[in-house]
Amino acid sequence: MTIFQTIWVAGRALLRNKMRSFLTTLGIVIGVAAVISMSAIGAGARAKVAEAFQSMGSNMLMAFSGSSRQGGMRGGAGSQPSLTWNDMEDIREQVDGVKYVAPMMGVAAQVMGNGQNWGTSVRGTSVDYFSIRSWGTDTGELFSEQDTEHGSKVAVLGRTVVTNLFGEGADPVGEVIRINNIPFEVIGVMASKGSSARGDDEDDTVFVPWKTFRAKLSGGLQQFVPGPIMIGAESPEALETARVGVEKLLRTNHRIRPGADDDFTVRNLSEMAQAQQEGAATMTSLLAGIALVSLIVGGIGIMNIMLVSVTERTREIGLRMALGAKPSAVLVQFLIEAVVLSVIGGLLGVASGIGAAQYLVSTFNWPLLIQPAFSILAVGFSALVGVTFGLYPAWKASRLDPIQALRFE
Amino acid sequence: MGEVIRLRDITRVFDTGQVQVHAVRGVSLDVTEGGCMAIMGASGSGKSTLMNILGLLDRPTSGSYHLVGEDTSRLNRNRLAEIRNKTIGFVFQNFNLLARTSALENVELPLLYRGVPSRARRRMAVDALERVGLGDRVHHAPSQLSGGQQQRVAIARALVASPSVILADEPTGNLDSRTSVEIMNFFRELVDSGLTMVLVTHEPDIALWADRVVEMKDGLVVSDRLQAPLRVAMDQEKEST
Repeated sequence: MTIFQTIWVAGRALLRNKMRSFLTTLGIVIGVAAVISMSAIGAGARAKVAEAFQSMGSNMLMAFSGSSRQGGMRGGAGSQPSLTWNDMEDIREQVDGVKYVAPMMGVAAQVMGNGQNWGTSVRGTSVDYFSIRSWGTDTGELFSEQDTEHGSKVAVLGRTVVTNLFGEGADPVGEVIRINNIPFEVIGVMASKGSSARGDDEDDTVFVPWKTFRAKLSGGLQQFVPGPIMIGAESPEALETARVGVEKLLRTNHRIRPGADDDFTVRNLSEMAQAQQEGAATMTSLLAGIALVSLIVGGIGIMNIMLVSVTERTREIGLRMALGAKPSAVLVQFLIEAVVLSVIGGLLGVASGIGAAQYLVSTFNWPLLIQPAFSILAVGFSALVGVTFGLYPAWKASRLDPIQALRFE
Repeated sequence: MGEVIRLRDITRVFDTGQVQVHAVRGVSLDVTEGGCMAIMGASGSGKSTLMNILGLLDRPTSGSYHLVGEDTSRLNRNRLAEIRNKTIGFVFQNFNLLARTSALENVELPLLYRGVPSRARRRMAVDALERVGLGDRVHHAPSQLSGGQQQRVAIARALVASPSVILADEPTGNLDSRTSVEIMNFFRELVDSGLTMVLVTHEPDIALWADRVVEMKDGLVVSDRLQAPLRVAMDQEKEST
């Protein structure tokens, strides 16, 4: 008896009980569908995170002031101002590999214009900030070095602010807005950037030159930068050199003795991106783990039904043996029935998993990344599940005594 | 005429733990090619046990069994399955057809285990069904057939492999008397055309169709006689129920 004939016999036996065969295989279908859709969604989420960090700015370092320490209580990063405006200028001029430097000051403020008002965050920075983030304007222009130096009262608006003050798609360049009742001329509107990696709306912002910000909006301590300093490196390769250079310069400027702790922190954003990516990967493997468990549960379902089937078909097995089926042929028949069930379940699962992923992805607006390797792996694994959980019932069938089996009622 | 079955001092003891049951206590029989031998006896006489041994479904505790010249006592399960497939055709009391499976596929079963390719298998199965008068019922499932027709399918399944001997275990036990006569007549035709058959029954009426009647009691053969077999002329051939 050839293997093809055995598969044929197994297929015929399964078709005699279509409903049961379908329900048996459902566990595998769901397990595989879960594996496929989870892996596709996980890959989509990772791509989304990578894209978000890309839009935050590449080759970017951030320097934060250190933490304050009063008695036993330690404040968080930035609670003790330590980065000065001089530090910022020195970083720009003295550190190798640094191309751009920009302060990042922020305050929540009420903005009025066109008879409307809108609560948003106002940021004081320099023109370098836009270079670091490779972010440009839709209409109008960014403020210049001169605007910063002279403390000009000019503002560049984010798209969300424009929509709320002037209406959808309006071009407010040349209009005057009031921030905390101080008039600013609108000179540009930023290109829309959507939500940040953290989920905030990046377009809900007003940018003003940092000197203007310091003088008019939020003073802070004159010599210290009230916020992080953003540093753009010349290239990804220069990032590490720049980080080491910045740390060395700040230690010198702040007169920190060798061995003493830094009073600042320099962070590499690509490291943060990597950490986020790893987080997404961990999530994916967690979901995949759950999916694998459901596959095993599906396998136990198959074993259960195969055991019932062996008992129910005892007479049939006895008959087959009487007609000349060798024990091995009976074993193989039942094993193949289990494998056929699980492989069909696997294929159905791949199809419905891809469908489910497509639906979810279109809902969340993520890139759809079906992983063919996962599909093949999932079908292969379900075949393995079929063999593993089909073996015991098949072995039981092959050990039946034909006389007892033929008499079984 | 060649020898098909040779039993020598066959015993079969069932060990149930506390008691030993001697089902067959020493039977020697020879069956030559052609003819129908009926094994008769009340229940518990050992006839079913002997039948299982003849069908290679069970092994004797002692004694020797030669089937078509081959000593079967030292063969393993696989070899026994092969011999069953090629040498023996079974007909059971309860037909033992696969449910929800066409007559054709039921008849094909023994050929499947012999590895006959599908086209030849189909042709041989159709031939066998035509031989039992069911050429027009090839695609019917057992539930769509009457008891007599089901037993004919089972006979076709036994015949399809051209076995050396047909073992029929109470083949009319589940049939009404009229259909029983038809089935026995059909067996008689097959035997008259050269088939070898062993028939197990407890009904003396059924044993009338045999050429030879072996009677068993308490695991022993108590009589072994030849007779002129009954042949019933049927006016209206072909059963209708």
